Amino acid sequence: MKHKEWMARLFVLSLLALALGAPLIGWRQQAQNGVLLRGRMAETGGWTPENLSVAVGETLYLRLTSDDVLHSFAIGRSDMPPVDILPGEITELNLVFDQPGKYTFYCTRWCSINHWRMRGVIEVVGAGQPGAALESPLYVRLGIDLDSTVHTALTPEEKPAAWRGQEYTRLLPAAALGSEVYLTQAPVDYWQALRSTTALAHLTDQQVWDLAAWVWASNTAPQELEEGQQLYAVNCAACHGESGGGDGVFAAQLDQADPGEHTMTIPGGAPDAMPSAISGVRTTRPTDFTNPAYMLALSSARLQGKILRGGMGTGMPYWGPIFTESQTWALIAYLWTFQFDLGEKP
Amino acid sequence: MNQVNLEGITEIARQSQQALVEHRQAVPAPAMAQSRFAGNSTQASPANRFNLARQAWLRPLLISRWPQFLARALALAGFAFAILAGLFGSPVGSHNFAIVFVWIAWWSVFKLAFIPLGGRSWCSVCPIPMPGDWLQQGGILQKGRRLGLNLRWPKRLKGYWLQTGAFLLIGLFSALTLTDPRLTAWVFIGLFGLAIGLSLVFERRAFCSYLCPIGGFSGIYAQAAPLEVRVIDRSVCAQHSQKTCYQACPWGLYPVALRDSAACGLCMECLRACPEDNLALNLRPFGADIARPRTTQRLDEAFLALTMLGSALSFAAVFSGPWGWLKLAAFQIGSLEWVGYAAAFLALNLLILPGAFALAAWFGRGGAPLRSAFANQAQALLPLGLMAWIAFTISFALPKAGYILGVMNDPMGWGWNLLGAGYAPWSPDVSDFSPLLQAGLLLIGLFWSAQTAQRAAGNDLRRSAPVAVFCLAFTLAMLALLVG
Repeated sequence: MKHKEWMARLFVLSLLALALGAPLIGWRQQAQNGVLLRGRMAETGGWTPENLSVAVGETLYLRLTSDDVLHSFAIGRSDMPPVDILPGEITELNLVFDQPGKYTFYCTRWCSINHWRMRGVIEVVGAGQPGAALESPLYVRLGIDLDSTVHTALTPEEKPAAWRGQEYTRLLPAAALGSEVYLTQAPVDYWQALRSTTALAHLTDQQVWDLAAWVWASNTAPQELEEGQQLYAVNCAACHGESGGGDGVFAAQLDQADPGEHTMTIPGGAPDAMPSAISGVRTTRPTDFTNPAYMLALSSARLQGKILRGGMGTGMPYWGPIFTESQTWALIAYLWTFQFDLGEKP
Repeated sequence: MNQVNLEGITEIARQSQQALVEHRQAVPAPAMAQSRFAGNSTQASPANRFNLARQAWLRPLLISRWPQFLARALALAGFAFAILAGLFGSPVGSHNFAIVFVWIAWWSVFKLAFIPLGGRSWCSVCPIPMPGDWLQQGGILQKGRRLGLNLRWPKRLKGYWLQTGAFLLIGLFSALTLTDPRLTAWVFIGLFGLAIGLSLVFERRAFCSYLCPIGGFSGIYAQAAPLEVRVIDRSVCAQHSQKTCYQACPWGLYPVALRDSAACGLCMECLRACPEDNLALNLRPFGADIARPRTTQRLDEAFLALTMLGSALSFAAVFSGPWGWLKLAAFQIGSLEWVGYAAAFLALNLLILPGAFALAAWFGRGGAPLRSAFANQAQALLPLGLMAWIAFTISFALPKAGYILGVMNDPMGWGWNLLGAGYAPWSPDVSDFSPLLQAGLLLIGLFWSAQTAQRAAGNDLRRSAPVAVFCLAFTLAMLALLVG
């Protein structure tokens, strides 16, 4: 065979080896630079991988990317701000954990109707002070049946306002004040208790509602409401709507569609890839927080239970691994603003 | 004489005969007389040609196989890398070499430069038939032990029909193919596989000549391009009994019989093989192969030209139009909406446009059979389609040119930074001049097509006007979709 023919063949093979070999070398090299964590809409896979592990005090090198739309990476029950992940781009993130335990990471962008299913777990192993043993949540201690039906026909004529109720606070008995009332009683029960109080007998029904609003306001701080509003906007408004009316961007789909068509598994749990058409589970229209017949019959403790545990088959996600206790209470405080005017006199 | 040579001579005779018949039918009687008068002249090339192969600086690059081989080997490595990136790189198209280099860089340069300036010039460096060629001839530069059955391509499958079908097939899935790196990789694996497979069964470039949708695309528009390979002096060929040019041509063409550049892949093998140096690579006026009266009865070229118009319209509507639902329907392959899109796409290409054009040809047939008028007047669709594709390409190629730098920096979408600190994302703003440029190109296409229709109709305005109206309607539709 001629010299030129050999040269030509060698040239072709060298170029092909370069074209096919270069990515392989690059792939091996970057694998040493950390874990590539890919985000996809839950319908097409969610996070890959879903489970990560790292030792206490060691750095977890993450290279975050999205395969489809804008996602965001956040770690539940932590103060780390969410990191946006752009399609096709790599965002590097180094994490160090000082406590062992299981940390849930999740997406904070409304990427699809199953957005909330974009969750994974980072298991932090090794020595270290385990986190303080969690006390049972209030709703558990109170033995509230979260799935019982609540409704009241006793509703105010107009939205109760704390600044109007302030006028009658001197009439309130001492037992009617304090955080326990706010945490454990439904407003309608509280209103009925006040209504039967002799000292308040001369007040109109609406004035008693205003008084109840003032008690609710006295148990919330402005910065708590602000934090609650931010949490609500990021995590709740997609379904419940910015105005709390149960009319978020996903609401219509939740009411009629079958959002169970996803391939996600519950991190560390049994496969949950069964479509709701088969499992019989379907979602319902999100709760309307502006509906007094429903909201005024709920206690803050019951709302805590709904948030932490989720809606069990309604499509309402569980937020227990995501929110800290103070975040949960801040959110609940904000939810009351859909029923009560908790602000100053306009 | 072996069997191959015998068949070769038969093929040469067939091609020559066809060219002669077409020539006689095409040239009107007075011109025939003139032609006979000039019959002693054996110059095949008209005067307004400039033979690039005679330029001292270019000649060595054309005669040596190495420059072309190097370009094709690089292109082969590039496509191999694109396939790898498509399969294993980021699934986000704008960050994957496969999508950006194939559909934004190459596909744009192909339509903006290769076709309008060089006709089938891409074919001369295309890597897709290379592995098959090497197997067929048993070597890269030298011929060795041949592989394959070396069968003749079935006669009934000749022409543009299969290429039209292949282009329509790609059109049905184009929304996803143009954006999904995995699918793009599989499309190119399929094209390479088909090219290799066919080269092992059939002789020469069967895939390129009869199946490759890209070849069909560039083939019909090559007739408008200012580049051609032609014989210099036919009498020299008449004296030459070996026909080495035909034996060397991987496309199975006999240069003396070339009437247009639709089938010539500009590989230059005939230039290299001719012992008399009797072949030219000519620069010529735009549209030299079209705008002349033809009485061809072939409908395949007409249908391919109509398919090109229909595809340009469909793609402009899907990619540049304001209809989100249409985009979604084109993307959701297999859904009911997509079936509707596919049905509309096929109806536009196979019924509506051919129907409307047949009506125009019928009104302008001037006593000729409809089939003949249809085929003849379809020449007018070539400048129109070429300019429509260029205008459509500009609508997405320029705004997305910034992606090219991005994938040079990170071709797999894995977070590489090959360009280092010097890399800064770039997204050009072409909104000021892009619509003007597109409108200008579409209007040039309309004018050129109307002129072509006029000439194809023997300068009879009554015969050319209906086709010109058809072209005007198409131009207005493209203007509405691209410029708004």
